Amino acid sequence: MTEATPGQTVGPFFHHALAYPGDSELVPFGAAGSVVLHGHVYDGAGDPVPDAMIEIRQADASGVVPAVGGSLRRRGSAFTGWGRCCTDAAGHYWFSTVEPGLPFFAVTVFARGLLDRLFTRIYLPDATDAVDGLVATRETDGRLRFDIHLQGPSETVFFTFPRT
Amino acid sequence: MLSVQRKTLVDGVRHASLAFDPVTTSQHEISDEIAKIHADAPAGAPLLDFPPYRSTLLRHPTKELQLVDPEGAELLAPVFGHSDVAPVEADLTVQRGGEPIGERIRVHGRVLDGDGRPVRRQLVEIWQANAAGRYSHQGDQHPAPLDPNFTGVGRCLTDDDGWYSFTSIKPGPYPWRNHHNAWRPAHIHFSLFGTDFTQRLITQMYFPGDQLLALDPIAQSITDPAARSRLIASYDHSRSEHEWLLGYRWDIVLTGSHATYLEPSDD
Ligand SMILES: [Fe+2]
Repeated sequence: MTEATPGQTVGPFFHHALAYPGDSELVPFGAAGSVVLHGHVYDGAGDPVPDAMIEIRQADASGVVPAVGGSLRRRGSAFTGWGRCCTDAAGHYWFSTVEPGLPFFAVTVFARGLLDRLFTRIYLPDATDAVDGLVATRETDGRLRFDIHLQGPSETVFFTFPRT
Repeated sequence: MLSVQRKTLVDGVRHASLAFDPVTTSQHEISDEIAKIHADAPAGAPLLDFPPYRSTLLRHPTKELQLVDPEGAELLAPVFGHSDVAPVEADLTVQRGGEPIGERIRVHGRVLDGDGRPVRRQLVEIWQANAAGRYSHQGDQHPAPLDPNFTGVGRCLTDDDGWYSFTSIKPGPYPWRNHHNAWRPAHIHFSLFGTDFTQRLITQMYFPGDQLLALDPIAQSITDPAARSRLIASYDHSRSEHEWLLGYRWDIVLTGSHATYLEPSDD
């Protein structure tokens, strides 16, 4: 295997390049059958991380992972199964999407001060065989909540894969 | 001093990082810290726990990453197409009414996966400072001039052989507040996707011969010199254009894909 190019931090100045209109709306906010997946990103002191970026990849409601373009110019067209959200000043991220027909959202985390991306998963509340600690909470208003802790007593489980 | 800092962090003391004073910590002290870490076994990926880059202190996981086999959505990267990216987005010198100031460059290369196969028709996103070292980002307070003709943001799709190409302006180095008199080497941020979700990469491309690289805690967080050198473009005279611009070549290798590596499943 050829040696991989190493990663580097996303730094502080990515928003104007990576954020775009509709980036976190895999389906329009409030659309029939949609769900909001949201949470905060925290550092090891429990402070919010206002310069993080979360990306999700997921199956559609029927369990198919779409392989169609259009994520950067969403025009109410096909569901692409991919989105990104830069955290706000409170370290909050949110997605408007559908509940995947497979048990988890695949997640990538980037931040200033984080030298390489981190992978994790967010499982649906009713998932069987979920990894401990990676299950979203269903809030009373129906939203799915999952906080990401880069460090500290509640540190999120992050993954590595056999070929990374 | 450093070990004390890291212990207080483990003990959960808030704002442990404030004990590092960015005004008084010198480049010499930072370079010393880097050298001590580099004396350990070299690593080809950046160390997430790399105290010379102060902002890592509270932002690196302390538990071991859990090894899992990718499944479901992790086996398939998002797909982008011509409806996502206009060809003009690959030229950062024509985005506004006039010509940006600076040294005109072309940066080109190939995106390959870990098995050497081209990553075809996939999204590449870049962002960078202008020639004066200033980002067109509201968070950048460096008192260097903004260039009204330069956003420093570009996108393209790789072609059928994995090639990408951007026309831009050579970015300037810029100061940051990691320590006293800290300067980032000139760089272009790159965001890349492979064919698997697990191949996602965000990194920075550097320029050959930059004296600031050896001083930079972000670049030096990759402790293996050979791996670090893979972030440095080479000057490519064959791509320089007469009386127009200078060419640079930078190839990017992602990690291996799993789709072809895992045993085929029979479901
Ligand atoms: Fe930068």
